[in-house]
Amino acid sequence: MIARRTLDATAWTACAEVLGRGKGELMALFADQNRVHMIVRDPREQSLEHLCFECEGGRFPSVGRYHAPAIRLERAIRDLFGLEVDGLPDSRPWLDHHAWEVSAPLSGEQRAPVSCPDYAFLPVEGEGLHQISVGPVHAGIIEPGHFRFTANGETVVRLEQRLGYVHKGIEHLMQGTTLERASQLAGRVSGDSTVAYQFAYARAAEMALGISAPARALYLRALMAELERIANHLGDFGAICNDASFVLIQAHATMLREEVLQAADNCFGHRLMRDCIVPGGVASDLTKESIQTVRALLDNIVPRFRQLFAIYDSTASLLERMLTTGIVSNELVTRFAAGGHVGRASGRNFDARRDLAYAPYDKLSFEVPLLRAGDVDARLRIRISEIEASFSLIRQILDSLPSGKIKNDLPAAKESEGFAFIESFRGDVLVWLRIDGDGKVARCHPRDPSWFQWPLLEAAVEGNIVADFPLCNKSFNCSYSGHDL
Amino acid sequence: MALTALTIQFLQMLLVLALAPLLTGFVRMVKARLLRRKGPPLLQPYQDLLRLLGKHAVVAENASWLFRVAPYLIFGATWVAAALVPTFASGLIFSWSADLIGIIGLLATARFFLALAGMDVGTSFGGIGSSREMMIATLAEPAMLMIVFTLALIAGSTQLSVIAQVFAMDGVGLRVSLGLALVALILIALAENARIPVDNPATHLELTMVHEAMVLEYSGRHLAMIDLAAMLKLLLYVSLIGCVFVPWGIASPTSGPLGYILGLLLYPLKLVIGGVLLALFETSIAKMRVFRVPQFLGIALMLGFLGTLLLFVSRSF
Repeated sequence: MIARRTLDATAWTACAEVLGRGKGELMALFADQNRVHMIVRDPREQSLEHLCFECEGGRFPSVGRYHAPAIRLERAIRDLFGLEVDGLPDSRPWLDHHAWEVSAPLSGEQRAPVSCPDYAFLPVEGEGLHQISVGPVHAGIIEPGHFRFTANGETVVRLEQRLGYVHKGIEHLMQGTTLERASQLAGRVSGDSTVAYQFAYARAAEMALGISAPARALYLRALMAELERIANHLGDFGAICNDASFVLIQAHATMLREEVLQAADNCFGHRLMRDCIVPGGVASDLTKESIQTVRALLDNIVPRFRQLFAIYDSTASLLERMLTTGIVSNELVTRFAAGGHVGRASGRNFDARRDLAYAPYDKLSFEVPLLRAGDVDARLRIRISEIEASFSLIRQILDSLPSGKIKNDLPAAKESEGFAFIESFRGDVLVWLRIDGDGKVARCHPRDPSWFQWPLLEAAVEGNIVADFPLCNKSFNCSYSGHDL
Repeated sequence: MALTALTIQFLQMLLVLALAPLLTGFVRMVKARLLRRKGPPLLQPYQDLLRLLGKHAVVAENASWLFRVAPYLIFGATWVAAALVPTFASGLIFSWSADLIGIIGLLATARFFLALAGMDVGTSFGGIGSSREMMIATLAEPAMLMIVFTLALIAGSTQLSVIAQVFAMDGVGLRVSLGLALVALILIALAENARIPVDNPATHLELTMVHEAMVLEYSGRHLAMIDLAAMLKLLLYVSLIGCVFVPWGIASPTSGPLGYILGLLLYPLKLVIGGVLLALFETSIAKMRVFRVPQFLGIALMLGFLGTLLLFVSRSF
């Protein structure tokens, strides 16, 4: 359990200023009824701190005023809880597109929707500039989001995102439900990271209940998490190359991914391993035959994967597209505490598996790749290295898989709180959970890594050509669903 | 004699129209097989065209008459241009009305209307597509003209029928200038037909499109016309490369029925080889950045220029 402090307005603002000076990383900012929570990390001390602020009269001082990464989070809090943010530099709504039947759905009271003027995109002035508006519905089958480009010929001068089109009200649905039901909902926040979300949720629930999962379940969870990571990174590897019109790699990467998913289905009964992790343990055990399936999978795909990467590494026309495209500076990833490949490709040396070590990763050895170039190529190479690390992790897990039961019974509930960071393929997922006296979920906040990556995409595209945006976007592969909640 | 020539000409016009979707379908099939996919059936492009022809055309409210007329103009110009390229027989009688420069002119007309139509509705993608297309055109067209001059200097005519006949019968031999012209023509053919590495005919990414961006607003029979025109253009370029650089087996007005049959048999073979090579090339290379396209076409222009220059130095090059 980490230290938790309740601050007054002066101390809260002082803390925001410290963040703004780059002395700490904002890991999460969310509301619960009338209270605002902030989780900050000190990268030098490697320590976390949990700060609270009790709103008086439904207002709290803005953190975003000093520390830009908080702005979208505060806009979302404003939309969902109806809390006013004093000094928020950008007062436009974020998740609320004024299409809901209520306003401030998490405020706990019925509020009629308010009408709102058209969303005002940031003004851009200059000679020869023109706007290109893309989305929210795209030509391919991808998630919806709106991108407003201001371009000078082919060069992007500014990109502004507008998200929130896939708001599903997940946090609202979770309120008042049983722990099991909320676990299922957590697995549906962002479908591609369903294992990571349920892993984080289960750990948060276990922390709140004061129990832990059996050793075997911990290892099985890690196995699922690594399989998910491999499958997603393989998918991205192919998709990025496909966006440079190099379909060959995508065709083969898709086949490799398919074999991983089939092995997952074979082992856990679901291709994406959804609902396989539950509070207290895991839902199904791994049989001896399944262990052989995973070993056979590795023997089969590892050499083919390396061959595929060799093709990438030796195709000049492909590398020419990737190198120096969409560069994100180290300063920005540090300021935004961007996790996953986005952060590690630009020199932010952070991996929740290592730096906020949780079981069983504290007993496994793995490399965390780090690059500094910050371009599309670097983000792709981070993924490649992570796939290799996951191969090795899976071998270690299978070699040291403890025996025993796979699930502990949940004790009678009491009022309590818990949270957990889990490294998904995108970066660190946070789930924060408060349980009420009846054992129901009083409030649960899943925070997707994309919150701190989407804004960097805007910066990455600046100065690139319009036609390279898909490549930059795919190299980030942020979640719309996880962000829109 | 005139009657035979007329028959051959009309046969050729129908042949290119009938074969164009097949060539596109064939290239798609080979590409799919190279990626170890099954891919759509060979005849899928025909079915797509039929489907589009049977559909209502949805037209934007602010579209002008130009938007409706352009697809037919584009198709008409491209079809006539395709009919002027000797496929299995030279000695086309239409040849005398339009030479190779005429063909380039017809294609430029089609492109002009396509770019106008792309901008007509006023969507941002149409504008992007049109501006990129014109950037490609300003470089591809002069390069194409340089190639024509090279060929004309060797054959002594700009008539494609004559060029094909000279190259097939008289045997001009291996020439440096022809090699340069061939490379240049291939580069231009890739750019003109919106193929990788200049454009990607199969992309769904609006922001990267060239040809597809211009036709995004089209649907129904209008889209069918534009698609068929694009297929005809691909066939035109493969036929053009075939009749100039591998003219063997092409029937001339003096060859008897046997010559025509041989020409008819060899022509599909040339298309197959062209299609396989195109698919192989497209699979082995990524698309280039838009601002690299001028360099790519600049190479074509320089090669064409060099070919012509060499012939001025000596006719034997």
